[in-house]
Amino acid sequence: MAKSILVYVDHFDGKALPASWEALGAAQQLNQKFAGEITAVVVGHQKREIAEQAIAHGAQRVFLVDKEGLNHFRPEPYASVLSQILRDSEADIFLSPNTGRARELAAMVAVDLETGLSPDVIQLVLEDGVVSATRPIYAGKLFVKVRCADCTPQMFTLRGRAFPKQEPAPDAEGKIELVEVAFPEPVTHVIGYKESESGVSLSDAAVVVSGGRGVSNNPKLIAPQDITDEKEKEIWRAQQGFKLIQDLARVLDAAVGASRAAVDAGYVPYAHQVGQTGKVVSPDLYIACGISGAIQHLAGMRTAKTIVAINKDVNAPIFKLARFGVVGDLFEILPELTEVLRSKLGK
Amino acid sequence: MNIVVCVKQTPDTAATISIEEGKATWGDAPLVLNPWDEYAVEQAILTREELGGKVTALSLGPEEAREALKLALAMGCDEAILINDPLFESADTLIVSRALAAGIMKLGEVELVFFGRASVDSDSGVLGSQTARRLGWPSISWAAAISHHEGAIEVERMIDEGRQVVRSSLPAVISVVKEINEPRYPSFMGIRKASKAEIPTWSAESIGIDGSLSPAVTWPEMFAPQVKSAECEFIAGQSAQEIAEGLADRLIAEKVI
Repeated sequence: MAKSILVYVDHFDGKALPASWEALGAAQQLNQKFAGEITAVVVGHQKREIAEQAIAHGAQRVFLVDKEGLNHFRPEPYASVLSQILRDSEADIFLSPNTGRARELAAMVAVDLETGLSPDVIQLVLEDGVVSATRPIYAGKLFVKVRCADCTPQMFTLRGRAFPKQEPAPDAEGKIELVEVAFPEPVTHVIGYKESESGVSLSDAAVVVSGGRGVSNNPKLIAPQDITDEKEKEIWRAQQGFKLIQDLARVLDAAVGASRAAVDAGYVPYAHQVGQTGKVVSPDLYIACGISGAIQHLAGMRTAKTIVAINKDVNAPIFKLARFGVVGDLFEILPELTEVLRSKLGK
Repeated sequence: MNIVVCVKQTPDTAATISIEEGKATWGDAPLVLNPWDEYAVEQAILTREELGGKVTALSLGPEEAREALKLALAMGCDEAILINDPLFESADTLIVSRALAAGIMKLGEVELVFFGRASVDSDSGVLGSQTARRLGWPSISWAAAISHHEGAIEVERMIDEGRQVVRSSLPAVISVVKEINEPRYPSFMGIRKASKAEIPTWSAESIGIDGSLSPAVTWPEMFAPQVKSAECEFIAGQSAQEIAEGLADRLIAEKVI
């Protein structure tokens, strides 16, 4: 039976998020079984370019909502718009990336339509005509199959990097339909924005280099004399250690991560935390430096394709997950590794 | 100001989770107040300390969840209420959000509701937004700082791309991230007060929910992740440079980079 799939395209600051194209990729995988229709939805103001990109990434049709009042994302009016589109189009399946914005939006739409939502899905399969999803729970310590047999639509938000991203086909054809939908006047107003300074985003990164508590333990470093407080000396040493991690990250175009211990000790801001109470990442390569591998940290990075651990303690649990391990002093190894990779990768 | 903080009891994040008879189990590991919710409780108390009023901790869960509510009371919440009913046994977030919204309406004249970012067991991170939608109130998620301005709030949100400041009217639902505060430890007096506190139970009927509730989403199967079988290959060498060379060569040979 042909089913119709609606894919929400998340965008920020005029650019579509790459995870949106993964959702379109997932839609195409599912559609091989249904021979249905894939429609992308782009909501905002003057976002026709993103609608065109959606067609290049596999949408057969795009519903474009263009209203000045929708210039800044706010979940409430966006949800009202999307709920109306889902009602009118009678879509069977709704997919979106599991970005912060799109997940909140999907959560509200699920309430509007009284339908089930499976967030943070890593796999979608068709079983007896119903899409069944797999998602991690307990921060990836377990997986659960989620079924939503009687839901219309069935709603899923997809974890970043869990589904293949389609390469754009510039000559792909599809039509863009301008859709008029009423929405309530938003009661929240965006009054400021500051871009993060952390560089490559952890959730999208193909490579992550992370530091833990061990990053502060360089015995050869002597803190400047004007720092007298022991705690501040420790933080200063850790910051020197994190510079080594940043150097390696730069050579690999990687994001910088950290263990909870490093964040709680004040070495780096919380935005870098990987783990059960931080970000969950699934990069192609994860390099853990001075991280012993507490269960909460492993939960946040165990789905990385290749894990490299550098730690001076051979018994550190992180080595159980690692494909490659180095037992040694990260302060000696990291600068060498950065140099070696810089020359081998021609950076 | 009437403030509500919604909390959940979860297994400790250090627990080893396994499956027994199709359900998640954590052995002897303790049940705790969901770690994210500690920040929500702290923020609710800080708000009361700044503006006055009352903080009510609200949880939907089994009898054991009283322990999480007691911790919220020990930290400094004024009252706690447990929504508990056999009807909610296999509730999904659609049902829980409905019950929490109904509980908040029953409390009456609530201006601010706090949630933690997500619960560490089901990891959905949608309940705050869904409860806000049920109430028809704005949802302000990932709050990292809040300031109050006569009937309005300004919230610095930690979004994926950076920091965004939004202004909202009240009432509103706010979900908080870790950066917002440092949760306090319960005081000795707080613990004593909490141990004596009465925590009323609200049934489904008492918050106006009756009939049979069937969850839209079911979890027919749970399984443990496959343990990676690959042994760790240790890279050794005479010098740091040799080790670095060895590791780089292996990463390039395996097409990892």
